[in-house]
Amino acid sequence: MNTVLGLYNYWIVIFLMMTGFYVVIAQGNLVKKVIGLNIFQISVFLLYITIGKVRGGTAPILPEDVTYSPDGLPIPPQGFDGWSNPLPSVLILTAIVVGVATTAVALALIVRIGEAYGTIEEDEILALDLEE
Amino acid sequence: MRSLWAAVMLTGIYSFLGASWMLILDAPDVAFTEAAVGAGLSTVLMLSTLALTGTTMKKQATSTLLPLVVVSLTGLALIYGTADMPYFGDPTAPAHQHLMPEFMADTVPSIHEAAGHHAETGVGVDNVVTAVLASYRGYDTLGETVVILTAGIGVLLILGGEKRFSSFFADLSLRDVPSMRHRAILRVATKLLIPYILLFALYVQFHGDYGPGGGFQAGVIFAAALILYGLVFGLRATLKVAPPSVVETLVALGVLLYAGTGVATMLLGGNFLDYSVLEHPLLPGVLPHGQHLGILLVELGVGITVAAVMITIFFAFVGREHPR
Repeated sequence: MNTVLGLYNYWIVIFLMMTGFYVVIAQGNLVKKVIGLNIFQISVFLLYITIGKVRGGTAPILPEDVTYSPDGLPIPPQGFDGWSNPLPSVLILTAIVVGVATTAVALALIVRIGEAYGTIEEDEILALDLEE
Repeated sequence: MRSLWAAVMLTGIYSFLGASWMLILDAPDVAFTEAAVGAGLSTVLMLSTLALTGTTMKKQATSTLLPLVVVSLTGLALIYGTADMPYFGDPTAPAHQHLMPEFMADTVPSIHEAAGHHAETGVGVDNVVTAVLASYRGYDTLGETVVILTAGIGVLLILGGEKRFSSFFADLSLRDVPSMRHRAILRVATKLLIPYILLFALYVQFHGDYGPGGGFQAGVIFAAALILYGLVFGLRATLKVAPPSVVETLVALGVLLYAGTGVATMLLGGNFLDYSVLEHPLLPGVLPHGQHLGILLVELGVGITVAAVMITIFFAFVGREHPR
């Protein structure tokens, strides 16, 4: 029971990740594949953010009148036991924006493929390629 | 699901729910960005792709059994792997033992103990996420900004064809993309919302040192406001608000500002992107100094590039002629 309560965040993330993975490999439509990659990508973001959470912690934004404990660490505001980890937030923040930029490149390629082949279904594109 | 339109909308909702979860998990910076990007920008980009390629997909002919088996096996292997992972929210997890205490201890003291021993290492902004993003990991963030610049150029190269960028944009203004201007409710609601979205974007940009926010978040929120304007009032009106020549310049200007800050610190005798040397005698206590000034400059650079690239990508997709 302890294991289930302790690890459930990873299991949710894995379920979402596998949903995205399934869409990528099982669907023939290229836009659907990009949607699958998006689902996969957000599940990775969630994996990092859940790892960064500390029980009883608050967001790592220091109040103006923050005080420090003797070992040099800032004391969290009343009602909180600690700070959540800022590092995963930093990594994922940049990853989200880079993610949408790369998604845009993928979609642009799909638009061009659609114009060149007249379809964005994977099997039809492969069949057209074989004909040549 | 055969309707791609519905699939795209559901993806947007999924992103938004993901953003809400991130907010609960003490990552407000990330939640802002995900909400603006996932529910806003990427949904719009996918919809404009659908407008060019068709909104329905054909029925799957192949069996779904093999992918299902592969996915289940991978999932089970991953779940087996989590047995060794630290429990959710465990404060003693290895991820919280290294670097994080140093970041938490050293981020603010340069302001509060300006004369103390921390002044050399501290960053002096209250939001630790901003401090790590722009100062401790400044090289990395510069790289990410260049990646976004490259993606923007890539989309223009792919969708702009052989034409020069400027002539591609010049052709844009000749195209009449149907607008939703005649929908009174949409028009009025958008007009009410846009000033507040823009104001919020500026607040997020310049208050990112003290609260949740920064260049990446502000950039996507700013772009989302302009894209909303474009969706409702049409491409021609948006081109008047955000002329392509200006947007084109801003795309590069942001990266230039970021890298230029690094070069300036080198000229002042520091390392590349070491903002501690950015001291100046003007208005002590009013204008930011040193690390704080450097962070403001590079976050501004990030914000400019991100917003400009997102608007460029939007223009590139919307400006594409429908093939049929």
